Amino acid sequence: MVDFTWLIGGPQGSGVETASTIFSGVCAKAGYQIFGKREFHSNIKGEHSYFEVRVSDRMVRSNSSTVDLMVSYDAETIFRHYSTVAPGGSIIYDLDMRDTETVDVATMDPYFKERLHAEIRRLGVPPTVRGVLDAAARSGVRTYPVSFKDLLADLAEQHGNPRLKLMKRMYNVLGVSLSAGLAGLPRDLLLRLIQDVFHKKAMVKKLNADAAAHAYDAGADLGDIAHVLAGAEKRPGTALVQGHQGTAIGKMVAGCRFQSYYPITPASDESVYLESNEILDVKHARPGSISVVQTEDEISAIGMMIGAALTGVRSSTSTSGPGFSLMAEALGWAGINEVPVVITLYQRSGPSTGLPTRHGQDDLLFAVFGGHGEFPRIVYASGDIEESFYDTCLCFNYSDVYQLPVIHMMDKFLSSTTTTCPVFDPSRVTIDRGRLLDSIDGEYRRFQLGGDGISPRSYLGLKNGIFWNTGDESDETGHITEDPVVRRQMMDKRLSRMDIVLERVPEEEQAVCHRAGEYTIVSWGSTKGPILDALEMLESEGVSVGFIQVKMLHPFPAKLVERLLGGARVIIDVESNQTGQMGNLFSQNIFRRIDHYILKYTGRGMTCDELYDAMSDIIRGGAPYRTVLMHGS
Amino acid sequence: MALRVADYKTDVHNDWCPGCGDFGIVNAIQMALAEMGVERDRTAIFSGVGCSGKTSHFINTYGIHTLHGRVMTFAQGAKVANPDLTVVAIGGDGDGLGIGAGHFVAAGRRDIDMTYIIFDNGVYGLTKGQASPTLKLGEQPKSLPKPNLNYSVNPIGLAITSGYTFVARGYSYDIRHLKDMIMQAVRHKGTSFLDVLQPCPTYNDINTRDWYAGLDMKDVAERHSRIYKLEDTGYDPAVHYADRGDLDEKISQALIRSLDWGDKIPIGVFYKNEHITSFETRMQEHIPNYTENPPAHQRISEEERPITDVSGLLGSLLV
Repeated sequence: MVDFTWLIGGPQGSGVETASTIFSGVCAKAGYQIFGKREFHSNIKGEHSYFEVRVSDRMVRSNSSTVDLMVSYDAETIFRHYSTVAPGGSIIYDLDMRDTETVDVATMDPYFKERLHAEIRRLGVPPTVRGVLDAAARSGVRTYPVSFKDLLADLAEQHGNPRLKLMKRMYNVLGVSLSAGLAGLPRDLLLRLIQDVFHKKAMVKKLNADAAAHAYDAGADLGDIAHVLAGAEKRPGTALVQGHQGTAIGKMVAGCRFQSYYPITPASDESVYLESNEILDVKHARPGSISVVQTEDEISAIGMMIGAALTGVRSSTSTSGPGFSLMAEALGWAGINEVPVVITLYQRSGPSTGLPTRHGQDDLLFAVFGGHGEFPRIVYASGDIEESFYDTCLCFNYSDVYQLPVIHMMDKFLSSTTTTCPVFDPSRVTIDRGRLLDSIDGEYRRFQLGGDGISPRSYLGLKNGIFWNTGDESDETGHITEDPVVRRQMMDKRLSRMDIVLERVPEEEQAVCHRAGEYTIVSWGSTKGPILDALEMLESEGVSVGFIQVKMLHPFPAKLVERLLGGARVIIDVESNQTGQMGNLFSQNIFRRIDHYILKYTGRGMTCDELYDAMSDIIRGGAPYRTVLMHGS
Repeated sequence: MALRVADYKTDVHNDWCPGCGDFGIVNAIQMALAEMGVERDRTAIFSGVGCSGKTSHFINTYGIHTLHGRVMTFAQGAKVANPDLTVVAIGGDGDGLGIGAGHFVAAGRRDIDMTYIIFDNGVYGLTKGQASPTLKLGEQPKSLPKPNLNYSVNPIGLAITSGYTFVARGYSYDIRHLKDMIMQAVRHKGTSFLDVLQPCPTYNDINTRDWYAGLDMKDVAERHSRIYKLEDTGYDPAVHYADRGDLDEKISQALIRSLDWGDKIPIGVFYKNEHITSFETRMQEHIPNYTENPPAHQRISEEERPITDVSGLLGSLLV
């Protein structure tokens, strides 16, 4: 069984992401399943960023805590990650930086340096790259010094162009190619991918392909871990997807034709992708398009989305916590006026600006309770990128059928993930526009009372369908009223929808019981991947642990979750926040206490190993009520 | 059958104060809609929050009473999604130039084909008369505990420098002229802005109807209405040539006139530029069939199945 983690690090702007795109692509094309994730600072150039790719011949859904092959052309990557390389693992590094001292690396903040120095003192090595690499070698890590400068000099000679010696920006391609050579990935796949990535300029393409070929061969000559990644059996229908593509392509398929947004990490990638693909092929019809509008702020983004939705168009916006905060007032407007809209909420670490480029599941309770007054909404969470495609389509159906705003919870863990998964299948998607009218005869009242409280919906521009909307309480026509009797009728009409949602949405869409057990994890969103991987690790030791993934978080499917729990004796809540927000909802709705919390709020995603360790402790007994996970730099 | 002004009225009880300038504005809007013969169900009036916000309930077209300061955001979204709609946004001066000032500026930059009318009375009426952004520095209408500490915003000047391509002012007690301004504004391709001076009889005891009429002027023989019409002075607001020379001249004269206040207050069209492409044209440059097949016209499903074909994108993701 192959389970191999590769790590590349470097200053932001040095091409770490391009290198990882190439490595992930080559591994996927070689038939492997991969899971990769990027960590980066809120910074354009210079601060440390890194990318870990886990490669396997079976499904992988999370990163592990250890690295098998690390490649680095800067000292900071060595200092930050040398200790995560497993005994038996390998480090390829640039010879030139061997004597770099910790104090020379200005981008390492004092808090990290202090911990690093304590570790270096304990190891009894000098505070240099060479020092920590010697320590790593002592623990069984193979270290491979390579002169990146010499590789460039070779290339300069080959091209008869001395200036190429200075092309440090090609270090990323050298790094990934050295790694591919050492790991024995197929050479032709690497060269083909390099050509795809740099296809825009013939000269750049040629240069990078030559550099890659040379570095690959140098990597293959390095040592004896060759051919660990020689290839696996390719699974047909496998796609290599990035975090934002599930929701973006989901929006296209679901028929979303208007998206407004204000730039914010980590949500904007989705909007930019939609705008880059704004013209849409449509079967048996003229080409369609999605109008993507970059607004002046998130208040405008939600206002425009609601305005567009009022014309009968499926409309959405995409944002993160700070932007969603600004949307709170208009969210209530959409609620009181029963406007179907979808807000895709890519969470990051708060509060305030928080850790702007780091992960967190901090906004669940805000999504559930945010906004003044009482109004109906759905809060729905996806567990991985594949799910997020289908869930996006479901969210649009929910919003149309129940005529309310839907908040689709995503996060930075998902947005900065690159992974293999079965390619999205649009034929599994249905489109249900609920009671949207296409013609009206006779008298029409937008908020007609009676029945199940969900009234037939007109839209701006529909003949004979005139209605009024107001943020004030209104009567059936949509005109303002402060009458106490009508007020009660209208509040009941809107809020009775919460019970209807739980009755009518299929159970498997509300919560998924991955397995049942005496020990059962309850969780939501992107923790799904690390949890499933950790449970497989436990299972291989004969320990079976249950896992219930709650997708519908508001209204909370209390009865369903209670039933799925079965005879679970110990309930463990796993979340990426400090307070256990879903655990809160769970206890409020199910009147049952969470027995153990496993939480992580360092801004870094959970690894399967740390979750496995925490679960093992709980099962062994004596684990604390609350375990906080800390892995990651 | 031709529609009459009455067809554009609802039977909703109007609870504005007796003598409120808003009555004149809503009448002028209804008259303009009737005279242009706009289809009621292809027209949407959006309004903000405050006294002016109630306007959409008095007009018998689609009426969307939005949030304080946010009217332009809702209205622009609807117009982008369905460019066939006639869209008019309405709000107060506090709504559009205070809490909504950011949206005011951004809307000018976009130049979407719609109209924005601000009911400008210098006070926040519905919250009992606090100073609004257009109240002059040092003035003290009756609800203010002390004179206004802030300089006033210049709505006409701000609109021109924000990119609005039609900028005009009306007066709520000159309904005929106001109706004409509204018709010109609605017919203009691009975002038209109309600042309407509107006495608040309850809270603004300075800029009253009598004050606008000049009845407070001491020299009885010299008394005159403070309001005058730009068009009566031979003023030409239009940019005729798409060159810097004409543009500079028309913007400069409009900005200079926008500073007039006191004994001579201009109304009429300050600035009009038809050489700037509207947002719809810009969209069409990237989405060739945008105006003919905008979001609101697009079919997205057949028998509950999606018909958007993403096979190209999905193919590119396959390994």
